Amino acid sequence: MTTAAGGSVPYRARRGTTGTVLQSETARAYALISPTLLYALVLLVVPILVVIAHSFWTQDYLTIDRTFTLENYRVALTEPIYRDLLMRSLVISLLVSLFTVVLAYPIAYFISFHGGRHKNLWLFLITVPFWSSYLLRVMSWKVILGYNGVLNSGLMAVGIIDEPSTAFLYNSTAVVITLTHAWAAFAILPIYVSLEKVDRTLIEAATDLGDGPIRRFLRVTLPLSIPGVISALLIVMIPTVGDFVTPRLVGGKDGVMIANAIQAQFGKASNWPLGAALSVTTMAVVTAMAAASVLVLRLLMRLGR
Amino acid sequence: MIDIRNVTRSYGTFKALDDAVLSIREGEFFSLLGPSGCGKTTLLRMIAGFDNPTSGSILIDGQSMVGIPANRRPTNMVFQSYAIFPHLNVEQNVAYGLKRLKLEAAEERRRVDEALAMVSLSGLGKRGATELSGGQRQRVALARALVMRPKVLLLDEPLSALDKKLREQMQVELRRLQQAVGITFILVTHDQYEALAMSDRIAVMFGGRIAQVAAPKEIYQRPVNRQVADFLGGMNFIKAEMVEESGDAIVVDTHGFGRIRTERPRSTLRPGSATTVGIRPERLRVLWDDATASHEVAGTVVERHYFGEITHLIVDVPGLEKPLSVTETNDFGADDLPIGATIRLGYDPDALVAMAD
Amino acid sequence: MRRILNGWLPIYAVAYIVFLYLPIVFLPIFSVNTSPVPQFPIADFTLKWYRDLPRTPALLDAAWNSLVVGVSAAVLSTVLGICAARAITRYRFPGRRAVNGLIMAPLVLPEIVIAISMLLIMLQAGLSLSLFTVVLGHILVCIPYSVSVLTSGFEGFDRSLEEASADLGETAFGTFRRVTLPMVAPAIISSLLVSFTISLDEFIMAFFLAGTEATLPVYIWGQLRFAAKLPSVLALGTLMLAGTFLLLTIAEILRRRAARRAQTAGIALA
Repeated sequence: MTTAAGGSVPYRARRGTTGTVLQSETARAYALISPTLLYALVLLVVPILVVIAHSFWTQDYLTIDRTFTLENYRVALTEPIYRDLLMRSLVISLLVSLFTVVLAYPIAYFISFHGGRHKNLWLFLITVPFWSSYLLRVMSWKVILGYNGVLNSGLMAVGIIDEPSTAFLYNSTAVVITLTHAWAAFAILPIYVSLEKVDRTLIEAATDLGDGPIRRFLRVTLPLSIPGVISALLIVMIPTVGDFVTPRLVGGKDGVMIANAIQAQFGKASNWPLGAALSVTTMAVVTAMAAASVLVLRLLMRLGR
Repeated sequence: MIDIRNVTRSYGTFKALDDAVLSIREGEFFSLLGPSGCGKTTLLRMIAGFDNPTSGSILIDGQSMVGIPANRRPTNMVFQSYAIFPHLNVEQNVAYGLKRLKLEAAEERRRVDEALAMVSLSGLGKRGATELSGGQRQRVALARALVMRPKVLLLDEPLSALDKKLREQMQVELRRLQQAVGITFILVTHDQYEALAMSDRIAVMFGGRIAQVAAPKEIYQRPVNRQVADFLGGMNFIKAEMVEESGDAIVVDTHGFGRIRTERPRSTLRPGSATTVGIRPERLRVLWDDATASHEVAGTVVERHYFGEITHLIVDVPGLEKPLSVTETNDFGADDLPIGATIRLGYDPDALVAMAD
Repeated sequence: MRRILNGWLPIYAVAYIVFLYLPIVFLPIFSVNTSPVPQFPIADFTLKWYRDLPRTPALLDAAWNSLVVGVSAAVLSTVLGICAARAITRYRFPGRRAVNGLIMAPLVLPEIVIAISMLLIMLQAGLSLSLFTVVLGHILVCIPYSVSVLTSGFEGFDRSLEEASADLGETAFGTFRRVTLPMVAPAIISSLLVSFTISLDEFIMAFFLAGTEATLPVYIWGQLRFAAKLPSVLALGTLMLAGTFLLLTIAEILRRRAARRAQTAGIALA
C-alpha cells in the first residue's frame, strides 16, 4: 500500500486548506447551483428591480428623469382607460383560470383513477397541443370563430343560424375561450400530480366507514387534491393576465387587455416609466387576486368539512 | 487488522457514533448488530470511506485511513440496495472495478468468470442488470466486490431485501464463501439470528455506543446488560442482591431461584447492592411426572402459545414479580398442558447470568 | 353514481381531447386549400403554399435565426438546468426551496413582465438587441422546464450507484463518466429537445428582444397582418407542428426509458 501512504499526505494537506469549506453539504450545493442561481438573479431579479425603479421615474422624450414620483401610479390607477383595462384583464384571467381548473379537474381525475395502463399516453396526448406554437393556436381560433369561420359555416350547415354571426370573434368571450384552451395542460398536470399522491387506501377507508362515492370524493379525494388545484389556479391566473397576443388577435376592441397597453408604452407610445408602473401594478394586483382566490378556496374547503 | 480507535461521528450535537473502540481480526466474519439508528451503518461507511470520523482514527493493516478516499481503500462493499449499474450487464458490472487496473483482456475475463463461478452465476454474464431477481442482484453485488480481492468486504444489510427462505439460504452461502476466500467480512445487520448464525464475533451497538463485543455464543448466553440480552431474544429477568464476591465471580441471592454463583457483570457491584440475573426461556425445562433436577422451581401455567415445533409457556412462579417465559419442545406434550396446571421447571444454575441494567 | 361516472368520464375525456386538438387540426386542413380564405367547404387541394415557402428569403432567414437561437438556448439552459437539478436532488441545504422557487419563477410570471424587464436591463447595459439577447431571454424561459425534466430524471438515481463506483476504485471524474452520465443521458437529451421546442415557438420574448433579426414566430406575427399570406403561414405552421411533434415524441420515449431505468434500479430498495 505504498500508494495510500504516499497519497495520504497531499490529500490531508488539501483538506487542511479548503476541506472545511467544501466539506459542508450546503457549500457544495450552492457551489453547484450558483451558475443557475446567478443567471436567475442577474436576468430576472435585477431586471424586475430595474422595472420597479423605473416605475418611480419619469421620461421626457428619450431621457429618464430619476426624481422619485408616484405620478405613474396615479395615472395607472386613476386614468379610466388603464383602470378599465386592468379590471377587464383581471376578470378575464379570473374567468380563464376558473374555467380551466373546472374543466381540467374531471380529466385529471379520469386519468389518475381510470387511466389504467394508458396514463402516460393520456398525459402525452394532453401535453402535445400545448407544445405547438402559441401564435398559431391563437390564429387557428381566429379561423374557427371568424365571420367566415368554421363555427359559423358549421352552424349554418346544420341550420341553427341563417347567416354568419359576428358574436364569436373580436370580444372578451373569444379571448376567454382561446386562453382556456391555451392553458389547459398547465391546469391538468398539477391536479393530476396531486390526485396521484392521494393514497388509495384512504378512499377505501372512507368507503369502509360508510361513505358513498360522492361523499368520499367530497370528504377525501377533493380536499387532498386541493394543493394541485391551487397551483393550477396560480399557474394559469398570473401568466394569463399579461398576455397580449390573444387579445390582439381575437380580442377586437372589447378584448384588449392591460398587456397591450404595457406593450404600447414600450413600443409606439414610448413611455417606459408608465409601462413599468403598469407592469408593477398588474403584478401586484394579480398577486393579490391570486392570494384572495386561494384564501377563498381554503375557506370553502374548511366550511365543507 | 482493522482498528477503530476512539471514533466519534457527530452531526451537530447528535452523536451517531460515540467513542467507538474496536479491533477486527484478519479473516474474521464480524458483525455489527443493533437496531436502526444505533450507528452501525455509520461505522461501516466510515470504514469504506464514504464518511469521515469527527474524531478518532481508523486503521487497516496498521495504516491510517484518515484522508484516504473510498476509491483508494482496500475495502469493497455490498450495498443494501446492491447498487447494480442498470445500464451495464452482469459481466460489465463485475468487471467495473477491474477496468481501472488495466489488466490484460484474458486475465480480466478469467477473474470475472472466477468471481461469477464463486457466486454460482456462471453463464449469466450477458444478462442485463434489469432482468435479475433479488437473489441474483445480491450475487452480482458480491461478485463485483470480491473480484477486486479486497482486504475487507463490507456488507450493508445485504440480506434485508430478500424473502425469508432465500435469506436463510444466503446466510449459509455467505458464510461458506467467506471461509473459502478467507477475506475479512464485516456485516451490518439488525437481525440477531443472522448475526448469530454467520459471525465469528459480534459487536452489539445501541445509541451510537458499542455495548458488547464477543463471540455469538457468549453474546447470547452472557449478555453484559439487559439491553443486549433483550435484543438477542427472550430473557427472563429476576431481581437479585449480591451477597459476597470472590475475584471475578460473585454470589447473589435471587427471588425464586435461591443463591447462585455467577460472573461479575460490572466492577461497581459491591456486596449488598441490587442487580438483575437473567435466564433464557429455553434454559428452563418442564419436569414431567416424577423427573427431578438438582435445581427446580414450581409454578402455574397461565398462558400457552403454540409455535409448531415448540410451545411457549407463561408460568407464574410465587415470589417472582413477573411470570417466567418458558420455551419447550413438543416431544412430551407441552402443547397439551392445560392452563392452570401446576408444573415444575428444572434449570442449570450456570444458565443464570448476572447483568448490568 | 359510480356507473354514471364510469360511463361519462371517458366520454368527457374524449370530448376534452377533441377540444384540445380542434384548433390544431385546422392548420393542416386549410394549408392545402387553394382558396386563401379559411372556410368550409375546402375549394380544392393544393401544395402550392408549401412550394412557395422555400422561395421566401425572409422566411428562410427567420428559420435559420430560430435554429441558431433554439440550439443555443437549449444547450445553455440544459447546462444550467443540470447544475440546478443536480444540486436540488443531491443535497438538502438551507434555502433549497427558495432557490428552487426563484429558478422556477419564470413559469408563473406574466411573460410580458419578464420580457420588458429584460428589455430595460439590456438597453441600460448598452447591449444592442440581437439574436444574442433573444437567446438570453429564451434561456431564462427554458430553465424551469429543463430543471423539471432533469430533476425527474435525476430523482430516481440511487446515490449508492456512485458510491459503489467509488468503492470499486473509480475517481470522481471516472464515476461521472462511467455511471452518472450514461444514467442521466436520456434526461439530458429530453431537456435539450424540450428547451429547443420552447425556444422555437416562443414569441413574446423574441418580439421584444429580437431587434431587426426575426425568429420564426416573429416572422409569422408580421405575416398575420396580411390576409392573403394566411395559407403560407398555415403551411409553415403545419411544418413546425410536425417538427415539434416529432421532437416531443423522441423526448417522451427517452424520458420513459430513463424512468424505467431509474425504476428498475430502485427495485431492490422497494
